[in-house]
Amino acid sequence: MANPIGNLNKVFESRIRLGIMSSLMVNAELSFNDLKQTLEVSDGNLATHLVNLEENGYIKVHKGFIGRKTNTTYSITKAGEKAFKEHVEALENMIKGMK
Amino acid sequence: MNEQRQQIESTLHDIKSMMERSSRFISLSGWSGVAAGVCALVGAWFANREIQLFLHENYPANDLERGKYIFRHGSAALFNQLFLIAIIVLIAALISAFFFTFLRSKKTGTPLWGNTAKRLSINMAIPLIVGGLFIMQMLKLEYYVLIPPACLIFYGLALVNASKYTLGEVRYLGYGQLILGVINIWLPEYGLYFWAAGFGVLHIVYGLVMWYRYEK
Repeated sequence: MANPIGNLNKVFESRIRLGIMSSLMVNAELSFNDLKQTLEVSDGNLATHLVNLEENGYIKVHKGFIGRKTNTTYSITKAGEKAFKEHVEALENMIKGMK
Repeated sequence: MNEQRQQIESTLHDIKSMMERSSRFISLSGWSGVAAGVCALVGAWFANREIQLFLHENYPANDLERGKYIFRHGSAALFNQLFLIAIIVLIAALISAFFFTFLRSKKTGTPLWGNTAKRLSINMAIPLIVGGLFIMQMLKLEYYVLIPPACLIFYGLALVNASKYTLGEVRYLGYGQLILGVINIWLPEYGLYFWAAGFGVLHIVYGLVMWYRYEK
């Protein structure tokens, strides 16, 4: 029998990382500021979690410019999308199993 | 077991709410609706005064039948005057709506011109710009009688379309405008009343409901 908890992704245990992924699932790309405002977190905190997700290959970073100002945007990768969906599914299955 | 279940449910709820928050513009203030509605009612009052003045000058005082069919018998000069009033109402409504939403976005700490605001504006603008062109041509071709329902219908469609990118209740405001607009097609002589009910009364009701729900 499959262990439902085995499908939970350790990376998404953090509420902020889960928030980043949720936001990127429904937006083609978001800037650092967009994410900061949605999740209501500090710059440093958000940056750390973004690096973590990037290292896991779940998000892509695009460095661009608006005029002279740097504009960094983030988008979800195929692998990220898959991992996120599996995680949500695992959560849902756990609830179903408890009924 | 129950505790764990609650925890998972709250996580799933968080995921859903973060998806919503990041894809919808939620700083829209209820007062913006109230202010836009008040502008529309003031505008309708001025429009009515213009119509009465026109009737007084052109028809005997007791000729009520003519008054009813003002949209068929009014002159181009009168309708250009009414159009000017409508444009002033639109500008005043936009400025006041912007002002209250600006205050609210300050309060909630979200930016006024972010990702979500951009998407909302684009999706709102498409039906409005097309509708605006359509109505301008109606004015030129003197199809006055259909201008009020056209305003309500295009605006209603814009709201229904935009509701995916902001607070979901906007959709019901859109349905309201569409219902009034459609009825108005068959009761064309009451255009100004439908216009005042849609742009005035519905906005105020919507605004108060939203204020009560989210800002009180």
